[in-house]
Amino acid sequence: MSAPQDWTPPTSSTPSSRPGPDHVVAGLKGTDEGGADLVQLLTPEGERVPDPRFDSYAADVDVEALKDLYRDLVLVRRFDREGNALQRQGQLGIWVPLLGQEAAQIGAGRAMAPQDMAFPSYREHGVAWARGVDPTELLGIFRGTDHGSWDPKATGFHLYTIVIGNQCLNATGYAMGQKFEGKVGDGPDSEATICFFGDGATSQGDVHEGFVWAAVYDAPVVFYCQNNQWAISEPTERQTRVPLYKRAQGYGFDGIRVDGNDVLACLAVTRWALEECRTGNGPVLIEAFTYRMDAHTTSDDPTRYRLADELELWKLKDPIERVRVHLVRSLGVEPEFFDGVQAESDALAARFRQHCVDMPAPGPERMFSQVYAEGSPAVDAQREAFLAYHSSFEGV
Amino acid sequence: MAVLTMAKAINDGLRAAMERDPKVLVMGEDVGKLGGVFRVTDGLQKDFGEQRVLDTPLAESGIIGTAVGLAIRGFRPVCEIQFDGFVFPGYDQIVSQLAKLHFRSQGRVPVPVVVRIPFGGGIGAVEHHSESPEALFAHVAGLKVVACSNASDAYWMIQQAIESDDPVIFFEPKRRYWEKAEVDLAATPTPLHASRVVRPGSSLTLAGYGPVLKTCLEAASAAEADGHDLEVIDLRTLSPLDLGPVFDSVRRTGRLVVVAEAPSETSVASEVCARVQEECFHSLEAPVLRVTGFDTPYPPSKCEEDYLPDLDRVLDAVDRSMGW
Ligand SMILES: Cc1ncc(C[n+]2csc(CCOP(=O)(O)OP(=O)(O)O)c2C)c(N)n1
Repeated sequence: MSAPQDWTPPTSSTPSSRPGPDHVVAGLKGTDEGGADLVQLLTPEGERVPDPRFDSYAADVDVEALKDLYRDLVLVRRFDREGNALQRQGQLGIWVPLLGQEAAQIGAGRAMAPQDMAFPSYREHGVAWARGVDPTELLGIFRGTDHGSWDPKATGFHLYTIVIGNQCLNATGYAMGQKFEGKVGDGPDSEATICFFGDGATSQGDVHEGFVWAAVYDAPVVFYCQNNQWAISEPTERQTRVPLYKRAQGYGFDGIRVDGNDVLACLAVTRWALEECRTGNGPVLIEAFTYRMDAHTTSDDPTRYRLADELELWKLKDPIERVRVHLVRSLGVEPEFFDGVQAESDALAARFRQHCVDMPAPGPERMFSQVYAEGSPAVDAQREAFLAYHSSFEGV
Repeated sequence: MAVLTMAKAINDGLRAAMERDPKVLVMGEDVGKLGGVFRVTDGLQKDFGEQRVLDTPLAESGIIGTAVGLAIRGFRPVCEIQFDGFVFPGYDQIVSQLAKLHFRSQGRVPVPVVVRIPFGGGIGAVEHHSESPEALFAHVAGLKVVACSNASDAYWMIQQAIESDDPVIFFEPKRRYWEKAEVDLAATPTPLHASRVVRPGSSLTLAGYGPVLKTCLEAASAAEADGHDLEVIDLRTLSPLDLGPVFDSVRRTGRLVVVAEAPSETSVASEVCARVQEECFHSLEAPVLRVTGFDTPYPPSKCEEDYLPDLDRVLDAVDRSMGW
């Protein structure tokens, strides 16, 4: 081993002379504002504010459509909370909470056309909902019975991706395929792809490479970064020195920051971005500026790295509350509607719970099935041997 | 004698190494305030500061690649990879740079980097959190690969790995993190690249490493009831393999069962089998057997009891060997 050299390491952290865009003071972010460029259509107080660039993309959202979005938000939050509870009760090995990110996901998910394709990370329960994946289909991953049971082709919703950033290249490749097949243009069947990832993921090489490829091949892909301010214990400023949406410029495409707690703005901005991609003006990077209101996963302990005040600050920007206030105060929606959604969410939660408890454990065959498309003699032999061994215990 | 969990033993080992040498750095995702997702680095940033315990951006290629650069500059970085399945974004840096720099530079550029990887299954996790990729590293020339199996070894091995001028891939059996053992803080430790007989015996040799060592010891206890006296060897070092004690043992017992969680084809276990039949052919009373994971991706966790080598599967192999 080489001898210690003449270098004295600092014992405490050297304070940075340069406050980052989202500077942290003792674990509490100095700002929870998205900045001047933030696109917002519905304020935290439930007030509809005009935006000349994006209003037209939300023009069709009448009272009924807004009620539908509200319903989405409530139901998604409800089954997410149920997932958390099921983990606490030992029914799930882990749960990845979505709390606080409902609007970012419903806005994006509802902006998609049926022929579009989504590549999610692992927290996209709201996008799954919008793509028509039944919430019970998400349970197997977290209960340990499967790695994703829905059909990615039929739903236009790819399997969850746990390795951070991996899906950005896959999404880009898929989008290149859409382009190669002539599905980009003004036609009614033109297509786009949307790729979901977190602020932490933007540090991965795969995400950078995805941006490069998408740019040079003009791939019709919307990169949708949910900046929920944290990557487990690491704040956004541990990943970047500039606001994330500004990175797009360096790759040669548009980047935009939207209030990720404003479902209307997320819907409008994503519709615009998908349209840009469909018509050949993509890719586009969207940074949905939001907040993870719960732990990273049920295995995480956020009290170690962030202050409760930060959460309190963000509670004032709750994505559901502002829609409710707007529906009541500005649009005069009656209490019966909210009661109905409440009842519906209770029923969904009950169905979700029951399904979870009833899920059968897969047998040992599951290990050996579908490893290869063309089969494998080695795996087949192992299956036969193991099943014979396994059945030797029967009746013992 | 201290009684420590394996996680705490590694923590204490890291702390001792950092106290001894100011050039030792700890780097990885969440290793600072959070103390790592397994809390193995708990408290280190508080005591050594943010420039010796670096919460890095979320990028494994970045973690390994910058560690290589830091090592070129004279530091001794200890990188934490959060889970086995997440090392692959950094695999290129490990294979192309970390493993080869010393050789390429004809010794002018040593790269004393340790890459800590919690590995193996048995914790009920979602996919990519339970893999055993050690063969992929053991196959790469220029890397040294070790796996600890208990707190005492973990405490010493991490310090030896850090002191090594070679790059060391350091596998930690995550399902054993919370198991306690006596750690003699004043002992003269076993050298890093040495396997070790952990239970002497005469009728059959069981060789394993990492998480399955405990299973092997349990199997040896259980086999006693059947009158079998098993010798258990902890391989500890997977590259280079230290097979001397295994050869000696097999020459006495005539039988060998190798146990590992990784898939069997072209694995570390396969290599042990091949070498033993080369060296001990005339002493063997039975074919060398392997008890391993299957040649499939790691299954959903509700299947892992079937996937992982358990007491029954080890005893079944012992019976087959003894019955030869
Ligand atoms: C390649 C890789 N490294 C590490 C991890 C462990 N890990 C899981 S989630 C996570 C943080 C991700 O943060 P971010 O990208 O911001 O997404 P968020 O979870 O906040 O939505 C980490 C480090 C992983 N899954 N994959």
